[in-house]
Amino acid sequence: MPMKSSGSVKRSIAVFRKDIKCELRTRYAINAILMFAVVTVFAVSWAIGGVGLTEVLQASLLWIVIYFSCLAGLSQSFVKEEESKTALALRLYSPAEAVLGGKLIFNLVLLVVLNIITVPLFGIFVGLNISNFWLFFTMILIGTVGIVGATTIVAAIISKTSVKGALFAVISFPMILPLLIMAISGTKKALIPGLGFAEARMEIQVLISYLVVMTVLGFLLFDTVWND
Amino acid sequence: MDSKLILDGLAKSYPGRPVFTGINAEVGCGKRLVITGPNGSGKSTLMKVICGFIRPTRGRVILNVNNQKLNRLEIRPHIGLVSPDLVLYDELTAIENLLFFAGVSGLYFSARELENRLDLVGLGGRGSDFAGSYSSGMKQRLKYCLALLRDPELLLLDEPSANLDEPGKALVDEIIRSRRGITVIATNERAELEYADEIVRLG
Amino acid sequence: MWWKLTILLVISWVCVGAWIFPPPTPIEDNPEVFRIIYFHFPMAIGTVVAFGLGMYYSIRYLATRNLKYDLRESLAAKLGIIFCVLTTISGAIFAKHTWGAYWNWDPRETSIFMLLIVYAAYFALRSAVIDPDQRANLSAVYSILGFASTIFFIFIMPRIIPGLHPGAPKPTGASEGSIITFSFKTAIVLIPSVLAHIGLLLWINKLSVDIAERNKELEHV
Repeated sequence: MPMKSSGSVKRSIAVFRKDIKCELRTRYAINAILMFAVVTVFAVSWAIGGVGLTEVLQASLLWIVIYFSCLAGLSQSFVKEEESKTALALRLYSPAEAVLGGKLIFNLVLLVVLNIITVPLFGIFVGLNISNFWLFFTMILIGTVGIVGATTIVAAIISKTSVKGALFAVISFPMILPLLIMAISGTKKALIPGLGFAEARMEIQVLISYLVVMTVLGFLLFDTVWND
Repeated sequence: MDSKLILDGLAKSYPGRPVFTGINAEVGCGKRLVITGPNGSGKSTLMKVICGFIRPTRGRVILNVNNQKLNRLEIRPHIGLVSPDLVLYDELTAIENLLFFAGVSGLYFSARELENRLDLVGLGGRGSDFAGSYSSGMKQRLKYCLALLRDPELLLLDEPSANLDEPGKALVDEIIRSRRGITVIATNERAELEYADEIVRLG
Repeated sequence: MWWKLTILLVISWVCVGAWIFPPPTPIEDNPEVFRIIYFHFPMAIGTVVAFGLGMYYSIRYLATRNLKYDLRESLAAKLGIIFCVLTTISGAIFAKHTWGAYWNWDPRETSIFMLLIVYAAYFALRSAVIDPDQRANLSAVYSILGFASTIFFIFIMPRIIPGLHPGAPKPTGASEGSIITFSFKTAIVLIPSVLAHIGLLLWINKLSVDIAERNKELEHV
């Protein structure tokens, strides 16, 4: 007899594990994201040709690289379900919140892997004068979580449209813009010597509240996006 | 368990084009509803409306299970679906597919139990092959295995014997005849019309 | 009928009053420029109202699944774009004469830019979905998300990033909260102006809804 197991968290993890398994076998999203990141880092590095950049420029370029890499890959998790027509079975068997939960974790892991590779690469080829490592780490981390929280629902929306990929960039931009501005401003403070958590407190507060608001909204609205 | 499916004045239209209107039917436990009609008459659309994937333009789908009325989304856990539109994950093996769908619907099976289940639909020993490597007939068998996994109150079969060989068709016949819950079949096969306790003609 | 007349009267009063009454004078060397505030500020409020109206209809749509509300939502958004563009233009003129450039990326200018791209994205999304129910559903969800992120932008950003606009913290220490001194004479023009703009917006919205709904009925005949 089958045993009952319960809980949205457990089911979210089931969706996440399925996604990871498929991803490891096909490298559908990670290749797109990494290629994009590596190419942009090298392009930027080549273009500035060894000129030292100011802290503001370093922070801005770093986030632009991260943002564009996200555009290449974050929508894949939903687009792939719709394009390979597996969304129907998933809709039938899984509760909506578990799908969103699983995709959120998946995108987060994807983006963390991206950052582990991109940020050091950026540091080597473009230059990052990190003066406060923990602040820098915090900014990258909550910025990443924020991007995932704000755009996963957008990915679900565009997967139901006819143009998909091209639209993702257009309609996720307004969701990401407040985040980018805050993340760049906070990262800048981690690069400028002498500034610390005290100076970046406001950025951290805004980022976290934005992240919470968008993620909660995502969970509230996902059901109608997914099931209609 | 006692159950009843009621289709109450269902209609669906796309802009400027009605698909079907005024569908009424009532099927009780252990009975079979057959939906038939020419290609493009909306059989699959009606199936999706019953599943709750598409909202009807008018009317409602009601499933009573043990005198409890279930709404559009509450119906889903009671549904088993076999349909050409249902696609499983090609990148996963048959067992992994079953494990995943059981997992997200809150059931737990051991790999061994699932092997047995696969054996029942004639896929014994092929459980660790990728679903993508299956032939279309084998995929159809796998869909039956998945649909019966949670012992659904309402089994929806869209073109039940598509891609199946003779033993496969016999298997489907046995599944349909031994059902205790409600079965809805969308088909154009003359032989399958005979399952009908109730019939809906579209188009 | 009476409320249309009222709007007309109030608008006339604002047009006259804006020239008769002295402008709020925060910038000593060129106070006349500030008269545009009597129109610019109410337009900005109108943009937000149109946006809020759109979101209200989105929620109504999601609750009722009646395509009527989807139509209203998209019409409110179209009206919002017009107000948004007018706000941007009037703001740019003001900026040129006060701060020397049409565009400065100060937080409020960034906010209005944000609004413009949310609207643009909203219509891009609408044009990418063919099925009307699906289009209504997705655009309603998106307009709620867009509204949330814009609210974030409009009300939070300017207060935390130093900027040029009235009401924002100044970059150079001097922490006066508002440089517009809302004198009684300013208020009796500015407040009616805000109300009149909102009234005008609702009126145009009502007209466009009526026209669109009658066109739809004609299509069915």
